[in-house]
Amino acid sequence: MTTITSIASTVTASFLGSFVEVVEAFTIILAVGVTQSWRPAFIGTGLALAALAVLILVFGPALYLVPIDMLQLVIGTLLILFGLRWLRKAILRASGFIALHDEEKAFAAETDALRRQAADRRANFLAGTAAFKAVLLEGVEVVFIVIATGAAQGMLGYAAIGAFAACLLVLVIGLFVHKPLSTVPENSLKFVVGLLLSAFGIFWVGEGIGAEWPGADLSLLPIFALLAVFSFAAVKMLRRYYDAHMEPVAR
Amino acid sequence: MNILKIAFKELIGLFIDDGALALLSLILIVAIGYAATHQIIDGTAGAGILIVGCLLILAESISRAARRKFRG
Repeated sequence: MTTITSIASTVTASFLGSFVEVVEAFTIILAVGVTQSWRPAFIGTGLALAALAVLILVFGPALYLVPIDMLQLVIGTLLILFGLRWLRKAILRASGFIALHDEEKAFAAETDALRRQAADRRANFLAGTAAFKAVLLEGVEVVFIVIATGAAQGMLGYAAIGAFAACLLVLVIGLFVHKPLSTVPENSLKFVVGLLLSAFGIFWVGEGIGAEWPGADLSLLPIFALLAVFSFAAVKMLRRYYDAHMEPVAR
Repeated sequence: MNILKIAFKELIGLFIDDGALALLSLILIVAIGYAATHQIIDGTAGAGILIVGCLLILAESISRAARRKFRG
C-alpha cells in the first residue's frame, strides 16, 4: 500500500542513508583533487559511477522477477542485519565506547597517503584508483540503501529520488565549502538511519511472514519509536557504565 | 581482481560487523519464518517476537562490546 507515510519514510531513509555514504566518498575525492589533481579525481569518480550504472542495469530488472513475499523477507532480513549493525555502532559511539567518525581525520589520512605516493611515477593512476575505490564502495552502499528502502514496496523511484537529492546536496555544499564536510553530525545521522533501516527491516520481515500490522504502513512509526526509546535508554545506561569505569583511571 | 575482492569484503561488511549479532538475527528470522509458515504461531505474533528478539540481540551485542572494552 502506498501512503504518504510510506513515501515519506522511504525518501527520508534513502536520503539520510545515502547522504552519510556520499559525504564519505566526497572526502576521498576532495583529498585526491587537492593533493594530486582534479583530473584523476574526476576520471576515478566517472569510472566508478559507470561501473555502478552497469551493476544497476544488469541486476535491477531481476528484482521484478522475484515474488513480492520473498522479496520482502529477503530485503527485510538484509535490512535488519544492516540496520542493527549501524544502530549498534551509533549507540557505542554516542556512549563513548568507540571513537566518532571524523571526516577531517579521514581527509588528513588520505592526503597524507597520497602525498607519500606523489613521487611515484604512477601517482596520477594511484590517485584515480583511490577515487574510483571510494566512489564504487560507497556507491554500492547507496545502491543497496535505495533497493532496500524502495524495492519491497514498489517505491524504487522514490528511494532513488532520496538518494539523488543526497548526492546533489553534498555536491552543492562541497562546491561552496571546498573542504571535508566535518560539521555534518554523522553519528546522529547514522543513528537515525540505523533506526529507520531496522524499523523497515522488521516491518518487511513481518509482511513476508504474513503479519497483519495494525494500521498497515503506519505501524512503521511505533516500531521506529520503540527502537528509538530502547536505543536512547541504552546510550544513557552505557554512558553511566563508561563513567563509572573511567573514574578510577582519571583519579 | 584485487578491487573485486575488496568490493566483496566491503559488501559482506555492510551486513556483518559483530558476527554473533548477525548470526543470532538470522537464527531468529529463520525460526520465526518457520514457525509462521507451519502455523505454529500466527504472522502478527511472529512480528511481535521479532521486535522483542531484535532488541534483546542488540542489547546483548552492545553490552558485550562494553564489557570487552574494560576487560582489555
